[in-house]
This record gives sequence, structure tokens and C-alpha cells, in this order.
Amino acid sequence: MTSRTFVQLCLLPLIIFTLAFLALPLGRLILASGEGEFGWGIYLKILQTPRYYSTLLQTVLISIAVTIAALAISTTTGLFLVRNRFAGRGVLLSILTLPLAFPGVVVGFMIILLGGRQGLVNQILPGHWVFAYSAFGLFLGYLYFSIPRVLLTVMAAAEKIDPALEEAALTLGAPTHRVVLDVILPALAPAMIAAGAIAFATAMGAFGTAFTLATNIDVLPMVIYTEFTLSANIAMAAALSVILGVITWALLLIARSFSGTTVAAGG
Amino acid sequence: MFKSPAKIFQLTVTLLACAFLLVPTLQSVLAGLTVNYFRGVSSGLTFKWIIEVWTLYSDSIFLSIWLALACLVCTLIIGVPAAYALARNPGRLSRMLEEFISLPLAIPGLALALALLQLYGGWREFRISWTFILVGHVLYTLPFMVRSVMSVLAAIDLKTLEEGAASLGAPPHRIFFDIVVPNALPGILAGALTVVTLSIGEFNLTWMLHTPFLKTLPVGLADSYASMRLEIASAYTLIFFVMIIPLLLAMQWATARAQRIMS
Repeated sequence: MTSRTFVQLCLLPLIIFTLAFLALPLGRLILASGEGEFGWGIYLKILQTPRYYSTLLQTVLISIAVTIAALAISTTTGLFLVRNRFAGRGVLLSILTLPLAFPGVVVGFMIILLGGRQGLVNQILPGHWVFAYSAFGLFLGYLYFSIPRVLLTVMAAAEKIDPALEEAALTLGAPTHRVVLDVILPALAPAMIAAGAIAFATAMGAFGTAFTLATNIDVLPMVIYTEFTLSANIAMAAALSVILGVITWALLLIARSFSGTTVAAGG
Repeated sequence: MFKSPAKIFQLTVTLLACAFLLVPTLQSVLAGLTVNYFRGVSSGLTFKWIIEVWTLYSDSIFLSIWLALACLVCTLIIGVPAAYALARNPGRLSRMLEEFISLPLAIPGLALALALLQLYGGWREFRISWTFILVGHVLYTLPFMVRSVMSVLAAIDLKTLEEGAASLGAPPHRIFFDIVVPNALPGILAGALTVVTLSIGEFNLTWMLHTPFLKTLPVGLADSYASMRLEIASAYTLIFFVMIIPLLLAMQWATARAQRIMS
């Protein structure tokens, strides 16, 4: 056997698996979306039906809010942890990155422990503070798993910035806020775009957290789930999944053209 | 050291973020060990809830471990040779293939699960067997293994090593097992730990693919959150933490180690 044939054989398991369990199912999903009573007009129907349209809008709005908040918090924290060495830094870093692999349902449960009926906030503060099952609870849940993801990307980028640039700006008399705006943030911009895209995409598709928390509020993954299981409206579930998939995939692709590699996980 | 207002602001944000992530985790650990959560820790500490979780859900926990190991074997068999082939032939086609197998990172698990159900849902023996869930897990974790191995292979001088072995008369499969695999080990290890960690925690795909007889650990978690008392849900979460946190720390260590080789 020649070396060339062997290398081609090495790809065989991957190609068989990917064809059978990724390419064909995705093709089937797209076809299924056009097999309902509206045919391919189902995509137009989604934009015309207030329930689907407003859910789509709501999901996008929550995801944007989470992205902005996660970027603000993680950039501040990430810069601080990269630039300062102090006792306990490692502990803070582990706390901030450990939730990376928590499944969405566990994150949802964490928010219930904070803002549920028997939650911490409700126990400490007078009055009736239950926010776990609202849009705000969902926002907090998404923020919970976005912080570690954004933080790791921003910190990796911040470590590569040359401190000499900042020192030069400071010696030239620039005030701190100008150094941040003119030196640090532009250097971090590609990483922030990449991390922001991951945060947005993860929030758009987050099913586990929504499954635990979204009793009073509709987000896209929950609507897909109820269309599929309760209404058995397979064409609509498929069409909404296609829209969700295309939005997140396109966004990650655009972000990558700005910034190199991106890796998303879980949610 | 922390005298300037900017530093104090940064420290405050950092500590608040830590508290946001840590406080509910500690609450959950405590709740899982407290006799009665509503009366607080003063009601005493107990392992009663953990034992109860074990009798209710130990099958789910073992199924998850089994799935994670099976998933690891599959990603090793499919992913390591593929990463080698992709690293050997860099180019447009390889990049497109890598892009395509990475789709499960971008497309939400729910959509992927629906796609699998659409195509294979009617094939009953496959639908109700544990291998159906396994396919979902392999689909989701495979890109992590491929990328991890590829990035290490890209950092070593594969060509010279291979040529050396070939000139000594080694056949291609011996080159793969004796040269490529040992050199790629740090990447394989990092990839393997990532695969196991993600498989144990996978919910989005699994919830759609599971059957009542095949509940994985995270499916059991969702079930306990919905139907059990807070102490049991917390005790179950505690068991999950005990399983996942060492894996997560090992994964971070192995990834950092693989990256040191690359730089």
C-alpha cells in the first residue's frame, strides 16, 4: 500500500460518519421544512405569524443583551487578571472558568437557586423577588455560561498585547481612559468580536437553560421543542431549526473572517 | 497595589462576577447536604439525599459514563486518522471538510437532534438503542478531537519524521502508529479529556434523542429539577460536580500542555 492510499484511507471513517449522520440528516431537515401545508412558503409564514416573529425577535434581543453584558464584564475582569499578579488570582480564575462545561440545565438550576421562589434573593430581601422564570432570569442564565467563554478568549488575546505600547502612551501623557480606548480596546477588538459571536450564538441556541427556566417566556429553542413534541408540527419545527442554524452558523463564519479561529461549546 | 480607582473598579467587577458564578454553586452543594433546606443548615447535615439520588438515578450515571467512554473510542477511531490525513494534505478541500465537520459547534444541538430524528426516527431498533444517543455525542465532540490533534500535528515537523521512517523501510501504517500517534499524544490527550467532559454534560441533543429507558446524567438532572424536592435536585447536582470538576481541571491542564508544545 502506498503512503497516498493510506492517508486517503485515514479519511474514510470520518467521511462515512459525517455523510451518514451530518450531511444526510441536515439535508432531510431542510427538505422536511418544505413538506408542511405551506410548502416552502413556510419561511414567509414565520415572518407573518406574530407568535413566531416576536419569539425570533425576543430571542435575538436577549442574546444581544447577554453578548454586551458578557463582553463588558469579561473584558474588565480579563484585563485585570492578565495585568495583575496577586495571591488568590488562580482561585478567582478557576471560579470564573469552571462553569465552562456545565450543561444548560445545571446553569438553569443555579439561577433558580438565586432567583427562584426559595432562592437566595427572595430569602434575603424583603418583598417578593422571584425573577428566575422571567426574561431577566433567562438573561442571567445565559450570562452565567457566557462569562467563562468570553473571558478565556479575551484573556488569551490580552496576554499577547505588548505592554510597551501602553507604557509609551502613558509616558506621552495619555490619561488612563484614553489608553484603554485608543490602545487596549483596538488590540482586543478581534478577540472581542470572536468571543461576542460565540456568546451570541450560544445564547440563541441555548436549550437546556431555556428548558429549565422559560416557563413564562418564549425563546426560539423552546418554541421549536413545543412545535415538535406537543403540536407535532414537524415542518414548522424543522423550518425554525433551519432559521436558527443558519443565523448562528452565518454569524460565527462572519466573526471568524475578522478574527481567526473560534470554538463554541455546550450551552 | 490596588490604589487607583480604575483598579478598584476592575477588582469589584471581578469579585462580583466570581460571586455570581460561585454563590449558587455553593448553595447547591450545601442544599444537597442539609436535612431541611427551608430551615437552613441548623437542621443538620446529612448524606440522606445523596443516597436517595443514588438509588433513583445510579443507572443514569452509569449510562453517562458508558456513553462517554464509547464516544471517546469512536472519536479516537474516526478523529485521529482524519486529523492526520487533514494535516498531511493542507489545502482548500481539507479546510472545507474541517469546516463541515465543525458545523455541530455552530448549529444548536436541538436542530441537529431534530435532523437525526427526521432521518432515523423511523428505524425503531436504532431509535431505541443507546447507539442513537452515541451518534449525537460523537457528532458533537468529534470536531474537538480533530482540531486538538491537528493543531499539535501542525506544530511538529511531520514531513521530516515521516521521510526518515519511510527511508528506513517503514510501511505507511507503521509510520502512523509508531511516529504520528506518539508525537500527537499531547493533542490526543487534550482532545480525549474534552470529549469525555463534554459527553458527560451533553443535554441539548440528548434530551431529544433519549428514550424513557435511556436517561443520561444530565437528562436525570433535568428530571430531578422538575419533579424532585430541592434537596434531591441539589444532591444530584453535587454528584455531577464531583464527577465533572476533576475532568474539567484535567482538561484545562492537558490543553495548556498541548498549547505549550505548539508555541
